[in-house]
Amino acid sequence: MSVKDYIRERFFPHMWCPGCGHGVVLNAMIRAVESLGMSKNEIVMVSGIGCSARISGYVDFHSMHTIHGRALAFATGIKMSRPELNVIVPMGDGDALAIGGNHFLHAARRNIEMTAIVMNNRIYGMTGGQFSPLSGYAAAASTAPYGNIDHGFDIAKLSEAAGATFVARTTTYHVHELTRLIRDAILHEGFSVLEVLTQCPTYFGRYNRAGDAPEMMETYKNRTVAVGSEKKHQDPDLIERGVFVKKELPEYCREYEKVIEKNQQKQT
Amino acid sequence: MAKKKLKAHHIERTWCKGCGICVHFCPKQVLALDEHNIAYPAAPEACICCRMCEYRCPDLAIEVECQET
Repeated sequence: MSVKDYIRERFFPHMWCPGCGHGVVLNAMIRAVESLGMSKNEIVMVSGIGCSARISGYVDFHSMHTIHGRALAFATGIKMSRPELNVIVPMGDGDALAIGGNHFLHAARRNIEMTAIVMNNRIYGMTGGQFSPLSGYAAAASTAPYGNIDHGFDIAKLSEAAGATFVARTTTYHVHELTRLIRDAILHEGFSVLEVLTQCPTYFGRYNRAGDAPEMMETYKNRTVAVGSEKKHQDPDLIERGVFVKKELPEYCREYEKVIEKNQQKQT
Repeated sequence: MAKKKLKAHHIERTWCKGCGICVHFCPKQVLALDEHNIAYPAAPEACICCRMCEYRCPDLAIEVECQET
């Protein structure tokens, strides 16, 4: 197989900056889909606005580029009308949790079967490096030149509390894990959230003196640990990677189908 | 498992943006950036076909062709 079988080659080279982590996520996602042996016609990719949202334009699946923060609302409509399709929603941290925060919480609460991939680069890249709800305390951004005074969300905890039945986190450094987790998230029957720590060397890296793309990926390698690792107790600042939640709960579309069936029987 | 041997690195020169991720993370220092800031296999004989460059390339510009030996 070739990655090229799954992309719209006419749009390449893509518009992302050199070293942008979104490309690594696209790369891993194609490999995950390929390993599942899915046909391109079984997959719908729905995205909102932002650098990360451009991913839907590069893949040769059914795709929909919608409005800022509302990708999950559009995706819900698609899934409700065609539950047999696999819906993947790639989002940025701002798109998912600032502009689309409410949609994100309620999609998770409903447990509708779809895969939300949150590419967390901790900044708004497309609009010029403003701080996002994931930038975190003391991070520098074009709108926080003296350091951010907001505290960041924890996507994994937030998703779990909202009711997502599959929650995981990885980084663009850990590409095999990334491919495996995208695969697991797609296979999960319920709302799955995968947070991917994704480097933005152009804005976040430059403002925060985090170095170029390889250096930012080195940080992902050195400052993250597998979930449940002893190292986390010694150094609480380390970020955990892996699967945090995986549970079975009634799925929204199947429950809705049951309501229809039950009431149709009553009428006949 | 059979050992893999390199056939060729296929690099899309117009797609590569010279970020250096492949060069930095190659365990055998096979790749380098040329004078146009584009990745090329400087030491292909050292390649162990781990394909990490291909997996990590954000530009989808590298394909490592290997054969079983």
